[in-house]
Parts: sequence; structure tokens; C-alpha cells
Amino acid sequence: MSQIIGIGASPLRKEDLRFVSGRGHYVADIKRPGMTAGVFLRSPHAHARIKAIDSTAAQAMPGVLAVFTGADLKAANVGGLPCGWGITGKDGKPMKEPPHPPLAQEKVRHVGDAVAFVVAESAEQARAAAEAIVVDFEVLPAVSGVLEALRPGAPMLFDDVPGNLCCDWELGDAVATKQAFAKAAHVAHVSLVNNRLVGNPMEPRAAVAEYEPTTGQYTLWTTSQFPHVVRLLMGSAVLSIPQHKLRVVAPDVGGGFGVKQFHYAEEAVVTWAAAKVGRPVKWVCERSEGFISDAHGRDHVTEAELALDETGKFLGIRVKTLANMGGYLSTFGPNIPTNLYAPLLSGVYTIPAIYCEVKVVFTNTVPVDAYRGAGRPEATFVVERLVDVAAMEMGIDKVEIRRRNMIPKEAYPYQTPVIVQYDSGDPAGCLAGAIDSADVAGFAARKQASLAKGKLRGMGFSTYIEACGLAPSRIAGRLGARGGLYESATVRVHPTGHVTVLIGTHNHGQGHETTFAQIVSEKLGVPFANVDIVFGDTDKVQFGMGTYGSRSLAVGGSALARASDKVITKGKKIAAHLLEADEQDVDFSAGVFAIAGTDRKKTFEEVALAAYVPHDYPLEILEPGLEEQAYYDPVNFTYPGGAHIAEVEIDPETGVVSLEKYTAVDDVGTVINPMIVEGQLHGGIAQGIGQALFENCVYDDESGQLLSGSFMDYCMPRADSVPSMKISTHSTICTHTPLGSKGCGEVGTIGSPAAVTNAVVDALAHLGITHIDMPASPNRIWRLIQNAMPGQAAE
Amino acid sequence: MRSFAYDRPATIDRAVALLAGEGALALAGGMTLLPTMKLRLSAPEALVDLSSIADLKGIASDGKTLTIGAMTRHADVARSAEVAKAIPGLARLAGRIGDPQVRNRGTLGGSLANNDPAADYPAAVLALGATLVTSRREIAADEFFRGMFETALEPGELLTAVRFPVPYAAAYAKFPHPASRFALVGVFVAQFKAGVRVAVTGAASSVFRCHPLEARLSENFAPEAVAGFTVDPKGLNSDIHAEPAFRAHLIGVMARRAVAAALQPAV
Amino acid sequence: MKISFKLNGKPVDVDVEPSLLLSELLRDKLDLTGTHVGCDTSQCGACVVHLDDESVKSCTILAVSVDGRDVTTVEGLALGEGIDRLHPMQRAFHENHGLQCGFCTPGMLMSAIDFAKRHPKPTEHEVRQWLEGNICRCTGYQNIVRSVLAGAAAMNAGN
Repeated sequence: MSQIIGIGASPLRKEDLRFVSGRGHYVADIKRPGMTAGVFLRSPHAHARIKAIDSTAAQAMPGVLAVFTGADLKAANVGGLPCGWGITGKDGKPMKEPPHPPLAQEKVRHVGDAVAFVVAESAEQARAAAEAIVVDFEVLPAVSGVLEALRPGAPMLFDDVPGNLCCDWELGDAVATKQAFAKAAHVAHVSLVNNRLVGNPMEPRAAVAEYEPTTGQYTLWTTSQFPHVVRLLMGSAVLSIPQHKLRVVAPDVGGGFGVKQFHYAEEAVVTWAAAKVGRPVKWVCERSEGFISDAHGRDHVTEAELALDETGKFLGIRVKTLANMGGYLSTFGPNIPTNLYAPLLSGVYTIPAIYCEVKVVFTNTVPVDAYRGAGRPEATFVVERLVDVAAMEMGIDKVEIRRRNMIPKEAYPYQTPVIVQYDSGDPAGCLAGAIDSADVAGFAARKQASLAKGKLRGMGFSTYIEACGLAPSRIAGRLGARGGLYESATVRVHPTGHVTVLIGTHNHGQGHETTFAQIVSEKLGVPFANVDIVFGDTDKVQFGMGTYGSRSLAVGGSALARASDKVITKGKKIAAHLLEADEQDVDFSAGVFAIAGTDRKKTFEEVALAAYVPHDYPLEILEPGLEEQAYYDPVNFTYPGGAHIAEVEIDPETGVVSLEKYTAVDDVGTVINPMIVEGQLHGGIAQGIGQALFENCVYDDESGQLLSGSFMDYCMPRADSVPSMKISTHSTICTHTPLGSKGCGEVGTIGSPAAVTNAVVDALAHLGITHIDMPASPNRIWRLIQNAMPGQAAE
Repeated sequence: MRSFAYDRPATIDRAVALLAGEGALALAGGMTLLPTMKLRLSAPEALVDLSSIADLKGIASDGKTLTIGAMTRHADVARSAEVAKAIPGLARLAGRIGDPQVRNRGTLGGSLANNDPAADYPAAVLALGATLVTSRREIAADEFFRGMFETALEPGELLTAVRFPVPYAAAYAKFPHPASRFALVGVFVAQFKAGVRVAVTGAASSVFRCHPLEARLSENFAPEAVAGFTVDPKGLNSDIHAEPAFRAHLIGVMARRAVAAALQPAV
Repeated sequence: MKISFKLNGKPVDVDVEPSLLLSELLRDKLDLTGTHVGCDTSQCGACVVHLDDESVKSCTILAVSVDGRDVTTVEGLALGEGIDRLHPMQRAFHENHGLQCGFCTPGMLMSAIDFAKRHPKPTEHEVRQWLEGNICRCTGYQNIVRSVLAGAAAMNAGN
């Protein structure tokens, strides 16, 4: 059929029309009859004891319907926000897991910690009333950095968490690694900071909730990447609402990047308040409020070493990381700097011995959790920086040292010393492609041309791998996950042959409505136009774990492929009946069921109709209807990877970095829609460039105040700060997912910070500079140059 | 935003009368005032919207003096043939303030009356030795900027126009703040018969003239005259994007680039 | 205060508080939710609309100040329903994958159309400079830039 648009095609996106027309349907657009407005009063202090809250004046203000505090929630037995992962320390003991009340009780632990919630007729009235609440704070000393938080005598966030240490965690073989270092001819070392980031999806978070007392039914509309998980966590752990009485809807969501994959306090408070007030409640986060209440990302301080023999072969890697958790454990918080970090320290290399220690630390800052890449950009940054430092110190070419140590294509599946087994890959092939595409051969001439203009040019490589397609429940469970990480899909074939897919992943920019329709179009041979994808509503979709960890295609797409296969299987039974043939003799291809070697056939539409009009139907062996469901739990992670090459030009006078060229060759497995994959890479790489050159979330050490709390201070990449990138794929097929896809949502963000930073260091290498922390800001570069050339102007 | 009374007068006299009211503030382009009010950092009781006063808008030049009405938008200055002819460096400065949407609303008078320490226009006004015309008097640029967000304007006094003497040559070089795109350091140089004036914005609590630079450039208005120049970083701004020493260094660099731009033949 | 203005070509009479922002008027009172609000410091550009044919940030304009003027929002761009009746710039964003989550898209479109009117033969550099006031977190801007160039070419070819 000519309108089949299948795997490998790039149809334009189905979802575009509503967005370009201004008809997207975001949470902040929702209006409900009788709707009220909610505003949170947030802590201005990083650390303080709440001695008293007086809301009398606020309650009496015009339009105010209610003011709620932590005490009200406690009295109503509202639970704390649960953490979805429980990690275990070196000593075999579980992590410290202090309570996380949705509204602060007794103490506030970061600037922005929610203290009270005001519901009023209008947002303006609620805001005015929030200002009128008098909170008697006893301000306590605060600590915002991990090093400071671990120092003896540091302010303690929780009485029962000594030293602010949530968990002292390890992975790998300490003894074998020590032995590897003992026989090393050279040891390369880096001390680095992985800068704290604010995800900042362009749509601020929002929630609208309502309660129907006659049925006990709650509905929450929320800006979430995983509505079913919000229903599960909020319903069961926080508000004690039976699952069948709670509907969670995540409609169009304006970007997530991890920031919207947690169960947030605001969701629970808004839902609870809607029942208390007896009217729908709407809360829309302001951007400056988002900066102090959206979970942040990264924030590591790391010491790392790489042991090499005299030929530059890697013998071992040893890493010590301090990871900032902020003031409370967010949904996935402790999992990110541990399970999603240390298992990637082998990179694309054969490294016989690896040992990693991570101290997970509480501080008076916003909770830290997954942000696009989540642990894997941090690991890649450590490995790829170490490789470059080793190459520089040993005088080995940076490409050559990588080639010498790469896992050869033939060696897959490759078992690393740190849990994961890579199923497929070709890092050398990606690197070769990138070298060609980036015109590495012409770099020397370009460097000379830059020098002639007084500019410094550098080139940086990052050859990386990541683990995504989160995740095999079996492995995740062993690592401390408190839930499964499978995905579900239902393929509902209508009597006309049109198809509705109900899937548990969430589309917030990734193009699922298009990509998933392509899978069904290909699998079932139905026109692309005849397939619609439904997601984001717990009352419509059976169940789902949502979208994060580059899992939607690798796990959700796999479920969809399986469900489609089940439809074909049943369709064959129906066709066999209609054609009076044996089921084994029915072939299915491109939308037609046919008896091999004959001209007898039935189209998919004819079979669909027969399924719902079962006249003369063998009811004893076949049910009417054509709808199938699959739950897919992956057997392994997927391992996308690739090679990125960045080329920068630095103005030594001002320290300004101009990113001149960016080339990526990525292995994402089977590509369903090349246009969409390219778009995902563009966006991911731009975020990685943002981390490497621009973005930095900074707290004042003394006061714990956020110094980068708006777009006026937090530098988002703009159109004029990123180059046009050259993107291509060099795919090996994932051996264990039904479609062979690996995922592409995070690869850009994972490969790029190291490539850009390595390029900056390369440009400055003649000054003896071997490392610069991100972001490589003009001031930092200027300062490094000054320090490298004392007494000399930087010209 | 807290509620307030609103009026949009058609004449300067009427505006001045309304501004005499308790808690009244003038609303020009609103690019600073409205965000401040949204964040509830400012809560005027009344706003006097100046956008309908024709006498506050417009650009005129007689070859010696360029006069720009206080309510003239950045976009209009940037696109003006008169400005490009008289003081091209001023047109270019206006074309790099904020972003296109800000330039379509923001005004010369609004920027000057606000005197943000990192705003671009104050550097031009001070370096060019402009005269600020108000509803009451004329104020020399050297007298106008009094400190962070402070000017010589008295309560109820309305800035109506700015008269710029046309220099031999002038240009602005700006090192934009990476996030806000205000000036991290901006230097405006203007060469007159009597000598060179240099004003620096973004670097300190308010725009200031840099006399050592003026002395060097008055002697030799050439980029090499300020090569390697830096100022004492003491007292310069420090924030998460630039330490004082970096700002001090950038003053020299931006001054040199501004001189080079001023000497470039007009395109 | 009573104000009258033209919205997407049609007259509107509405009573507003002086403190109401244009973005709030459009979204909350007139149910035109295509105009988005993504920040509170007038930087993200999700709220860009046209005021008398020029792009402006509707989150930083008082509703009262559009009295007597002409406002166009993203909802006013297309000639009618369906892909074929989209404005050339909307079509260019669709055809060049110039959007992902769609949240910044209305502001991008309104900014891009203003740009295209002023730049008959734009360069990539000019597009990137012009978009200084519009932040996108999804696309890395690459396909937005492509879209704006294609949209500008289509708009100017039609003239």
C-alpha cells in the first residue's frame, strides 16, 4: 500500500500542526469550572528552623480561600515524597533516607523549600496573601557545596544523618585496581568539577487538580514525563488515594529533559488542596520559582586517575566522586551519581580494572536528580578528560591513544569490569567517520589561519558510550530500584482497520506520534495516516513508566513492536478462518494476509472488519475483536555511542570561545525516523555545549542563596551561541531489542561536554594547560591564560 | 502585579501634572519597570504611560547636534538615517541593545532615567557629553548619572529629549553579559575637537568616564595608544560571570576595539 | 478600563485592569492560549506577538496600552484549517522539523515573520542574531534557523 510510511523514512511530524497553529494543549492552558489559583510561599533561607507560621492576616485577605502549611498536611496524615531507588553503601547498609514532606515541617533545607500554599480566587490575590504570611524563621548556618558539607563541624541538615552523608557507595574491584596502578608506567590524574545545571524546559511546571466528592475521583493534570508513576507514587505513598480513584493526565508537555520525571511536592499539595477547598486548583510555576524548585542536575566533585603501561594501554581507572543530592532525596536522586555513573567508566575502552567510590551528600540546595544524560555525561567527562590528559602527558596522539584502547567491533558482546555488558558497537568505525566528516586532516591549516588572526584554535575528541533504554527490571531491582522499568503498549485495531496505539511513554517533543505510527505502519502495513498514538492519560493508557533515560523507543517501541506482532498473529487466525486455510499457511506482508502459493488473500482492513463482525466465526477458538497488548521488559540496557569532534577558536584577549565546527557520528541502532533522530542530536548536543561553555548553577557559599536564579544570570544557549552541527549515524544493530534500536535522546548531551572541553584545552595546551572546569567561560579562560603567563599581557 | 491607576496623556504638560501625584511613575517602554513590577519588587500607585505623547518622539539633526526624543525607541534609533549619518556609532549601539523585541519597545529616555549600571545608552550619552532636556531644565551628561539606578532627575521631572553634539568620530564596543546580554563591560569613545571622551558601562556601580583613557586617546586617537591598557580593578563589579580584574582588563580591550571601530570608514 | 483593539483582524472590546499584561489578556480572558509564558524576565520570547506588525513581548506590555492598536497572535497566522492553509513560516517550521515540544514555537514564528519582512535575503548569521530574544531548549536552533530561512524565502517569493 502506497501510504505505508515505515522504518527509515522521514515523514513530517503528525504533532506539528497543533503546535504551529498555537493549539497545543499544555497544563497552563487548562481552565476548569470554578477553578481557583494556588501559590506557594517558599523559603528565602537556605537553612532555618520554622518556629511559627502566622497566616491569620493572609486568611483574611480578599479572595483567599485557604492557607495550608506543613502542619496541616501532617495532621491529615499526608506522607512524604518517596524516593524510587534505595542504594546500599560500602558497609552493606542502606542509604540514609530522611523524610521529604511536601510542605516543610520544622525546618527548611534550601532556598525555595515550600513552606505554605495559598488558594485564592486569583493568582494575584494568592500572591498577595502569600506575602502576608508571617513565618518566624530561626536562620541556621547553611552549606551548599559537597566539600564543605563533608567537613567536620559542617552544619547538619538532618539530625540523624551524621556528616550529611547519605551514602558512601562503591563499585568495582579495589584490589585489582590497586594492583593495576602499581604496575603502571604512567598515571594520569584529573581533579574536576562537573558543574551544576538547571534543566529549564521552556514550559515551566504546572499542575491543575480537581476532586469529585460523589465518586471520590481525583484528577490531576501535570507537566510530567510519567503520569502513571506520579499516580502510583502520589496515590499510594503520599495522599493514600486508591489508584482507581486517581486519574493523572500529562497533556502536551513543553520539554522535560528529566526535570519533569520526578514526583514533585507541588503535585501532591495541589491535589490534596483541591479536595480540601472543594474546587479545582491551578498552580503555574514562574520561571524564577522554577530555578529554586525544579530538581537540578550534575554537581560532582571528582578526583580521577588512569593507569597506563609504557605503550599507552589502559590498565585501570580509579575515581572518587562527591555527588550533591541537595536538601532532600528526589525521586531518582541517589541512583544518578551511582548506578548511572560508575558502570560507564569503562567508556569504549578495554580497561581491565575499575574502581569507583561515590559519596552521596546532602546540602542546603535544591534536590539534584536526573537531567538529560543523568550520570552518563559525568562518567564520559571523567573518562574522556583522563584520556586526553594521558595523551598529552605521554606525547601520544589523541586519536591514536583512543584507537589503541578501543574495544574492537569483533569483541562485542563485551563484558566490562563494572556490571554492564555492551551488546554491540563499533567505536573505531564511528571515530573514523567523524575524523573524515570533520576534516581533521585540514585542522593544522585552520589552526595556522587562526593564529594569523591572533586566535587560538583547538580540536577536541570524545568517543563515548552510554547505557540507556532504562532498564532491565531484573538488573535495576538488584541495583536498588523500587519499581520495574518495563513499558507497555496496546494496539487497538478498529473495525475499519484504523489503529489507535495506547502507550505508556510520554511525548514531549520527541516525535512519538510520528515515530510510533511509522512502526505500526511498517509492521501492520496500514497507512501511516491511519495510526494515532495516545499517551499521557492514566484513564486511557493501561500503564507505563514514562519517558526518560532514552527509553521510549528502545523499551516502549519494543512493546509496540511486540503488540503489533500479536495483532498479526491473531490476524492470521482470522484470515485462516476467512480463507478456509490452515493458520500455518497464512503469510502476512505489507498489509495483506495471503495463502502462500495461491492468489487467495485478505487485506488487513478485511480481517479487521471480520474481527468485529464475527458472523460465521469460530467463537470456540477465536474471540472477536482485534486489540493486543504487550508489556516489554528489556533483557539488557542498550548502548548507543559515538564519536564527537569539536573545533573551537579562542580569542585570547577576551577568553571568548567560538565553537567553529561540531561533528558527530553516532551509533543509535536502527533509525526509525532520521529527521527526528537528527533533531534529537541537535538538541542534546546544544545542551552539552551549554554545559561546557555557558551554563552554571551557582550558590553563594555563605548564605546558600542561588546566584544564578533567572535567565538574567543563568546562561542558556541562544541561537547565536551554537554552530550548525554536522550529524550522521554509523549504526550497529542492538542485538536484543525487537527493532534493533538503541535510543538517541541523551547521546548528544553525553558526548559533547567532553568534546568541547577537550577542544578548549587543546587550544590552550601550548601554555601548559591540561584542564579547565566547565563552563569554560571567558573569565575562566582569561584567568588561566594570565596564570600560565605571569606578568604578561594575554595578547 | 499589584494594581495601580493608569493614564496615557497626550501632552508633556499633562504627563508632568499626573507625575506630581503620590506614588506615580512614568512608563516609557516598560522593559525594566514592568518586569520589576511583575516580580513585585516595585509597586507604583499610578503609571503615567508616555507612549501617546508625540512631542517626546523623533530624531532631528542639524549637522552639529543630533536631537532624539526621549520616547524614541531603540529600533528607531538603530534604523535612523539621520543617526547613521551624524553618529553611526550611536545607531550601532542602539541596534545591539537587548533583542529585537526589546528594541521595538525600549526607549532612550527610559534607559537613561533608569540608569542601570550595565545599560548601553548611558555610556554613549556620557562619552558624547550630551545634554539631557527635561520638563524643567537642561542637564549636562556629566551631572546626570549619579550612581546605581540614580540620576539627577527630581521627582516628577520628565526627561523629554537628548541633544548629542556630533563628534569627529565615535564608537561603542561591548562585551555582552553571557546571560542577560547587557554590558559586562561597554566602552564608548568619542573624539571631539577639544579632545576625546571615554565612558565605561557595566564595570562599576554606574557609568563613569575613564580619564586615563581619555588622556591617552586625546594625545593619539589610535588603537595602539591603548594597547595593554588596564585600570585598577578596585571598586569594579564582581559577579559570577566576571571578577573585577577581568572587567578591568576588558575596559582596555573594549576601548581599543571602540577606537578601531570609530576609525573605520563608514560603510 | 475599557479598551478596543483589533485582534487577528477582528475588533475586540474588553474591560481590563490596568495591571493586566497583554499575555494575560490573551491567554486568560480571550482564551488564545497559543501565546506562551516561559519566563518572568522578558527573555525567553515564548510570548512574542505582533503589535502593529512589529514583534514584541506580550508579557512585558500592559493590556491597556494596546488600546486602538492592532495585535496578531499565532492563532491569527493561518488562512484557515489544515496544513495547506498555514502561513508560509508555519509551513516552513513543519517542513524543516523546526519544532520539538512546541512551547517556544509560537514566539519563534512571530519573531521569525517580523524578521522575514525586514530581511528579504537573510543569511544564517542574521537569523541567529535576530533570534537572540527567543530561547529554545529542544532543537539546538539548527532546524529553527533552517525553517526561518526557508520561511523567509517563501514569504518573500510570494511578494
